[in-house]
Amino acid sequence: MKKTPLNAVHHELGAKMVDFGGWEMPVQYTGILDEHEAVRTGAGLFDVSHMGEFTFRGPDTVKMLQSTTCNDVSKIVNGRAQYNGLLYPTATFVDDLLVYKNADNDYFAVVNASNIDKDFEWFQEIAKGMEVELVNRSDEYALLALQGPKALALLQPLTGTDLSPLKYYAFANGTVDGAKAILSRTGYTGEDGFEIFLDPGDAPRIMKKLIELGAKPCGLGARDTLRLEAKMALYGNDIDHTTTPLEADLGWIVKLEKGDFNGRDVLQREKAEGPRRKLVGFEMVDRGIARHGYPVVEGSEEIGVVTSGTHSPTLKKAIGLAYLPLDKSAPGTEFMVLIREKETRARVVPTPFYKRAK
Amino acid sequence: MTTPEDSKYAKSHEYLHFDEKEGVGTIGITEYAQKELGDVVFVELPQVGTQLEAGDELGSIESVKAVSELFCPVSGEIVEVNEALADKPELVNTDPYGDGWMVRIRLSDPTEMDELMMNAEEYEEYIQTEAGH
Repeated sequence: MKKTPLNAVHHELGAKMVDFGGWEMPVQYTGILDEHEAVRTGAGLFDVSHMGEFTFRGPDTVKMLQSTTCNDVSKIVNGRAQYNGLLYPTATFVDDLLVYKNADNDYFAVVNASNIDKDFEWFQEIAKGMEVELVNRSDEYALLALQGPKALALLQPLTGTDLSPLKYYAFANGTVDGAKAILSRTGYTGEDGFEIFLDPGDAPRIMKKLIELGAKPCGLGARDTLRLEAKMALYGNDIDHTTTPLEADLGWIVKLEKGDFNGRDVLQREKAEGPRRKLVGFEMVDRGIARHGYPVVEGSEEIGVVTSGTHSPTLKKAIGLAYLPLDKSAPGTEFMVLIREKETRARVVPTPFYKRAK
Repeated sequence: MTTPEDSKYAKSHEYLHFDEKEGVGTIGITEYAQKELGDVVFVELPQVGTQLEAGDELGSIESVKAVSELFCPVSGEIVEVNEALADKPELVNTDPYGDGWMVRIRLSDPTEMDELMMNAEEYEEYIQTEAGH
């Protein structure tokens, strides 16, 4: 199994480790519920070093990125990041990713761990014949996510970068406790917070320092419940090579007017006619938890599928995401999920399930 | 980890504490099992009066992370269900051998306990092999 530069720290902290797509990662340290709570009320710290980083340089960088993504890369200003979809010509997802702009013709992207090789090959294919220097730097970075309402106050004393003016989805080059770092005001929890890119050699010391200052180490278990409450899509669950951004209710990252790109014709048609199905949030009406892969049924017919589901620690009820036919996707609509062969009632609800107070 | 010596254990990590006078056994999951599951948020149990054979599904346990099936380690009739778990499923985590019990069963054949289940020492050996350390 692959290990992040923080693997030994996780073992020292007594984390429960699991195989996550070929990576040995902490699923929890003390428990999902209290780690979740720490992020909603204080500050939690996640090792997300397994994620991939690519850099793009050269005169055709924007042209190359634009041709295979659905959001408008030309709109990113220096020092900002953008959520985007990397698409096949079928308009379905190769991956979802964050694209960061350092300067003109100087970008980098953060991609899902399980997709690093696939994404890199895809970019290489797209970049053929273009003037783009594409480098996979995934092994050159450790990545820590410090998340929660107290993240800023906790991190500020360790860095010379003034964090308050840094906007959501903005980043800056700086230091953390003397270590070279990229500080990005991004995350996957629905809270304020920072993702901190570090040299692998510095990461264990910085992780321990942040914990010493009060950050609670959190595992992938809490990361999943947090992102689901905030309705952030998980590749492999809610989106994949069979789903389009419009089906996934990610219309806000689809910029048809930006010019041609992979899948644009498909998305244009879906936008005009409505997608065949839509990803909706639901909560359970009957008792039980509908989880990834459970079918949505109507009589003997399978009409949809649950893509994510859990017990929401903040709302204290069972929530989830499911693909439903468009005409059954309005909030308030009830539907049946098959939980261990038993028809169980669920109801479409508005999302996100949780939104932090501003 | 303390495994109570006065109970029997199943490979699927249920314990059975037998009251000889009553002929009734209390079933729950072990300390090891609750740790493996993580935070329990929902326990589905059979109704009083249900007849079960050894190895039948007894119910299910939902933790935040996953769902696990619960198996009935012996044959008999369910005579009591722990109603407190409906509101406080976390009792399974905090007190698995005490307030976190799940059902009481009237054993139809108490000799099954010795035939099918392990004692505390055997169970501890078993979980060490299973955990791989």
